[in-house]
Amino acid sequence: MTTPVLSVRDLVVEIPTRRGVLRPVDQVSYDIHAGEILGVVGESGAGKSMTGNAVIGLLDRPARIVSGEVLLSGEPVHALKGERLRKLRGKKMGMIFQDPLTSLNPLLTIGEQLTETILEHLDVTQSEARERAIAALDEVGIPAARQRIGSYPHEFSGGMRQRVVIALALCAEPDLVIADEPTTALDVSVQAQIVALLKRLCREKGVAVMLVTHDMGVIAEAADRVAVMYAGRLAELGPVREVITNARHPYTAGLMASTPVASQGHRRLRQIPGAMPRLDNLPSGCAFHPRCDRAEPRCREEPGPSLEACDGRAACWFPLTEKTEVSA
Amino acid sequence: MLAYIIRRVAQSVLVLLVTGFVAFSMFSFVGDPIDNMLGQERTQADVERLRTQLGLDQPFPVQYYKFLEQAVQGNFGLSYRQGRPVSEILVERLPATLELAAVSGLLALAGGIGFGIFTAIRRRGPSASTIMTLSLIGVSLPTFLIGILLIYLFSVELGWLPSFGRGQVVDLGWWSTGFLTESGLKALILPAITLGLYQMTLIMRLVRTEMLEVLRMDYIRFARARGIREKSINFRHALKNTLVPVITITGLQLGSIIAFAIITETVFQWPGVGLLFINAIQFVDIPVMAAYLMMISVMFVGINLIVDMLYFAIDPRLRVDRTAGGH
Repeated sequence: MTTPVLSVRDLVVEIPTRRGVLRPVDQVSYDIHAGEILGVVGESGAGKSMTGNAVIGLLDRPARIVSGEVLLSGEPVHALKGERLRKLRGKKMGMIFQDPLTSLNPLLTIGEQLTETILEHLDVTQSEARERAIAALDEVGIPAARQRIGSYPHEFSGGMRQRVVIALALCAEPDLVIADEPTTALDVSVQAQIVALLKRLCREKGVAVMLVTHDMGVIAEAADRVAVMYAGRLAELGPVREVITNARHPYTAGLMASTPVASQGHRRLRQIPGAMPRLDNLPSGCAFHPRCDRAEPRCREEPGPSLEACDGRAACWFPLTEKTEVSA
Repeated sequence: MLAYIIRRVAQSVLVLLVTGFVAFSMFSFVGDPIDNMLGQERTQADVERLRTQLGLDQPFPVQYYKFLEQAVQGNFGLSYRQGRPVSEILVERLPATLELAAVSGLLALAGGIGFGIFTAIRRRGPSASTIMTLSLIGVSLPTFLIGILLIYLFSVELGWLPSFGRGQVVDLGWWSTGFLTESGLKALILPAITLGLYQMTLIMRLVRTEMLEVLRMDYIRFARARGIREKSINFRHALKNTLVPVITITGLQLGSIIAFAIITETVFQWPGVGLLFINAIQFVDIPVMAAYLMMISVMFVGINLIVDMLYFAIDPRLRVDRTAGGH
């Protein structure tokens, strides 16, 4: 088997605070291969974005990686700092942020921001960089790219700006792109376009994409595999079809039952009772047990098992079996 | 943009009309100038004659109009004390003040922006904390005290720099400059520091706060995620975004450097318009005071106008007429 583009191994991120050490990311492991989209879902605060930030080395202090590994095409990058890390960013791994309105510098033209990035990472002349910038804009579907390259960000609409952001993240041809909620701030009609664009670029360029979102619809549309996170841990990991139709972890099942599906008409949405615990107040045992209707004494006493306990799919002592009706 | 400029100029003219009114009111309400001009030995006929001669018997609006008419031409009448045209005295004194203000303004800007960026980037470093602590002194000490302390240290104790005056000046026809002689430059150092220190610390703290704010923005994070160099992030991405609010404050501060040169000029006996104004107050020399008031307001309004124009140069979002489609 080929080396995955991104390989995260037992990653632990901690934030030391006055009231103790918080663990927003706890023992997370997954791989992403070239041309593959891994969706990472979960509620707010589940550690999705924190994982993405840890991979690209953009954790805000005092958060830090305390153990585990991040391998980029087999090379460890979690311990890199300063110049060596900077040279990887943009060139080997790019990132797309949530809000296209704030991720572009308002005082520089999009052409300036593109050529700057290209010149930083690729050995090209100024005019070649400009041509590449135009090609990059063309690729993400900016009409009349040659004319628009001198425009400022405020002269574009939200969806167009997110296209520019994607062009920026991809212009130095990275192997991995971390898309942190790339559609959350957009209109629904534009969301689908952006998801389709990400999917196309991923397939055409063979880029590995880590798609962080809380929108199951986006995951179903774009991802090949999905990682469900809960309170900093992986709850379930598997091919997207299987996870959606046949969730093994009760949390995933609850998440699916609470996602509206237009084709099913006015079905009453089920919600998962309670809320995700705060990181400074995690329950004993499995963090999901207070909200889980399948919880047994063991769940209160022992932390959830590793994914291997259930065919490498779900971190649950009592996973739902194939036949079990969704009952969360 | 043209419409904007015209609107701003119109506003400026309005402001000047109002300050002109205040300046003019001084003539009528701060005592009767006739009393000042004629001594104790006077007849009622003398008073009437002078009143008619000066046009003071005419209705108020007419007098105001005439004052404005003359002021626009740079004519503010004769100084009560020196008996010479006020405009002539002002022009004589202005170079000293402008040179002092220019040097301290540059000092404040260069020092303020430089230190501001430094303390923002090296936020946790010991040197940045030291600068921040020292800047508190600059903000809280009154100007005259700084001046006196500097005189004590560098003139009295060390004897390096002169404690008063402008040194030797070179006359360039309509402008007398202290830049060309050694004693002129030496004499400039202490007053320039005194006048610029407060503004410098203010600009520094402003630049630091703005810069820290900007460095937290998403586009800075995104630039980092693209592997842009720190140097380019700090000076290309962040500094430019910092400058918009900084320019506003700095513009106003430069105006007040000229206006509040009064205190520094008094401490250092600097022969500029500020000292002239202080002396004018002592002698109730109203034409000089009125002319000074008008001059300062013209400067303030002018600087504000320039600042507004600078926004356009820095922030493309204000150049609305360029907006193309794409929505």
